[in-house]
Amino acid sequence: MSLLEIRNLSVEFASASGSFRAVDGVDVTVDAGDVLAIVGESGSGKSVSMLAMMGLLPWTATVTADEMTFDGKELRTISAKQRRDIIGKDMAMIFQEPMSSLNPCFTVGFQIKEALRLHLGLNRADRHARAIELFEQVGIPDPEKRLSAFPHQLSGGMNQRVMIAMAISCRPKLLIADEPTTALDVTIQAQIIDLLRELQQDTGMGLIYITHDMGVVAETAERVSVMYAGQKIEEQEVKSLFAPPHHPYTSALLSALPERAVSKHLPTIPGVVPGQFDRPAGCLFSPRCSFADDRCKAEKPPQSSKELGLARCHYPIILTSEELA
Amino acid sequence: MFKYIVIRLLTFLPTFFGVTLISFAFIRVLPGDPIIVMAGERGMSEERYNALMAQFGFDKPMLQQYWEYLWGVLHGDLGNSFVTKRPVWDEFFTLFPATLELSICAMIFAIALGLPAGVIAAVNRGKFFDRTLMTTALIGYSMPIFWWALLLIIVFSGNLGWTPVSGRISLLYYFDDVTGFMLIDSFLSGQKGSFSSAVQHLILPTIVLGTIPLAVIARQTRSAMLEVLSEDYIRTARAKGLSPGRVNGVHALRNALIPVITVIGLSVGTLLAGAILTETIFSWPGIGKWMVDSIFRRDYPVVQGGLLLIAVMIMIVNLTVDVLYGFINPKIRKS
Ligand SMILES: Nc1ncnc2c1ncn2[C@@H]1O[C@H](COP(=O)(O)OP(=O)(O)OP(=O)(O)O)[C@@H](O)[C@H]1O
Ligand SMILES: [Mg+2]
Repeated sequence: MSLLEIRNLSVEFASASGSFRAVDGVDVTVDAGDVLAIVGESGSGKSVSMLAMMGLLPWTATVTADEMTFDGKELRTISAKQRRDIIGKDMAMIFQEPMSSLNPCFTVGFQIKEALRLHLGLNRADRHARAIELFEQVGIPDPEKRLSAFPHQLSGGMNQRVMIAMAISCRPKLLIADEPTTALDVTIQAQIIDLLRELQQDTGMGLIYITHDMGVVAETAERVSVMYAGQKIEEQEVKSLFAPPHHPYTSALLSALPERAVSKHLPTIPGVVPGQFDRPAGCLFSPRCSFADDRCKAEKPPQSSKELGLARCHYPIILTSEELA
Repeated sequence: MFKYIVIRLLTFLPTFFGVTLISFAFIRVLPGDPIIVMAGERGMSEERYNALMAQFGFDKPMLQQYWEYLWGVLHGDLGNSFVTKRPVWDEFFTLFPATLELSICAMIFAIALGLPAGVIAAVNRGKFFDRTLMTTALIGYSMPIFWWALLLIIVFSGNLGWTPVSGRISLLYYFDDVTGFMLIDSFLSGQKGSFSSAVQHLILPTIVLGTIPLAVIARQTRSAMLEVLSEDYIRTARAKGLSPGRVNGVHALRNALIPVITVIGLSVGTLLAGAILTETIFSWPGIGKWMVDSIFRRDYPVVQGGLLLIAVMIMIVNLTVDVLYGFINPKIRKS
């Protein structure tokens, strides 16, 4: 049985101008020790789907799913109290903005020890010892001193390390990293990614890594799921995804990578992700797709077979061996 | 921090001199003559009037009068009351505990109800409790104090007979002034029933004086909480699995307190203004009633000195509030 099994997850936000479907029938499966990357442009519903699973969306959101099990528990039916026992302990999350994700009024030591007391019931001395151990584990120098620092006294990279230490403090079975490096500069980004990968290998926890960056996906993940406008449009093993992607959107994403660019100009995908008011009737990617025809514009594409990466496309790309060569 | 406090104290100086000037001028621009007021209904002769004018120094040029007043203030001498002949300083400190006791009770009342009400309203935004609270707060804020006081007196003292109408304690009790706070003194005196009498006398004035600060604090807490609740670190706190009580009451409230403390500090000014009305209505022997009485009697030294002392008091409160910020949000301490 897999660690996390989500089927047909949808999230709708109620707003003054009607409801808006931010996540549309998404499936997510993660096994113990698995690394899954979720990629997609801004606004494709990556964060919202993860927050829905954690139960962290505001009340304007309506979450529906056919199944949402984590570690044998059905998340849709458990009580709020039972959910709070799971999140922060067995299922933890780190966020995009380390600077604003830590409370400015409390020391980072207070914030990490809080979780240790809540979930593990450690006494004062044990909490302190464990906090120091965690800071060492995530590579924070001089942990004893750093524990009494406030978030604004630390750099963005240090704060993200604090967030990671906090997230792994109760040895979670699943860690969700929501674009943990977007707000950091490039050298720090690489360090944080290395740290997460090391921690994942050492502890054997499941990892869901959300990113925009296909380059990071190649280095980090085993499996990748591509989201577009709230839908999962393709899911594959990383190796085979990079060999021949089946969805035109994935293909476009990949050719947007600098090192894969064939011409001197970096190809970008024209247009933007459809929003609340301009959702096309047929395939959501059709307005931007260079292969789209009338059928694509009129009919919603079904999910293709597993061999074709479950691509939601009427005409999944299949390269012949000559083309591959 | 120390340097900061010293700088703030230095900025007090211009304000302080401004207040001496305003309080000096204020009572003098009011129509009416202090000597005539003293004379009462029988009037007085021309010579007597001139003699009194000279005795109190009112015949001297204005600038000289101000200079003498300021000179006295700088030497810690606020002059003597025309009416009681006692030093203004002494009178102030005899009466001040009554006002302080009432203000503290009113503030505790306002904070104890306003903070939780604001938090609950914010957490249940748009729901029944929130709407009811915000409407009530608006009514409380815009209600004339004297009308509210009379209404409470009619209902609780008149119809129900639960609370006394005036004074700080029943005339049945007598004991020495130890601290000037009736609650403490009556408790220390050990006389049976005196403490509860003091409490009963405090209830209505406390509610009347605390109503506006209560409304202001509840509204400010609500809006500050709403802002804080959408912050990323609140999501982090919830992602840790903390209970809603802890997320709202510790993580959110601590951040929301900054603007709330500001309005609490500002309310102290309104509190003293409100004390004037409240004390007059409830015959509460504090500095509010003392100021009003002195204005009617054209008791120049008392009005000048009283206003000055009240102003200094408010300045000290504001400084305290600024220092408190630093403790609540360390980020402010740095800059
Ligand atoms: N609280 C909310 N209320 C209404 N709409 C929301 C809310 N949160 C997110 N959305 C909408 O849901 C959609 C998906 O947002 P989401 O944050 O999941 O995107 P994302 O894929 O994580 O993008 P990014 O890469 O920028 O983080 C967006 O169109 C966003 O505007
Ligand atoms: Mg996001």
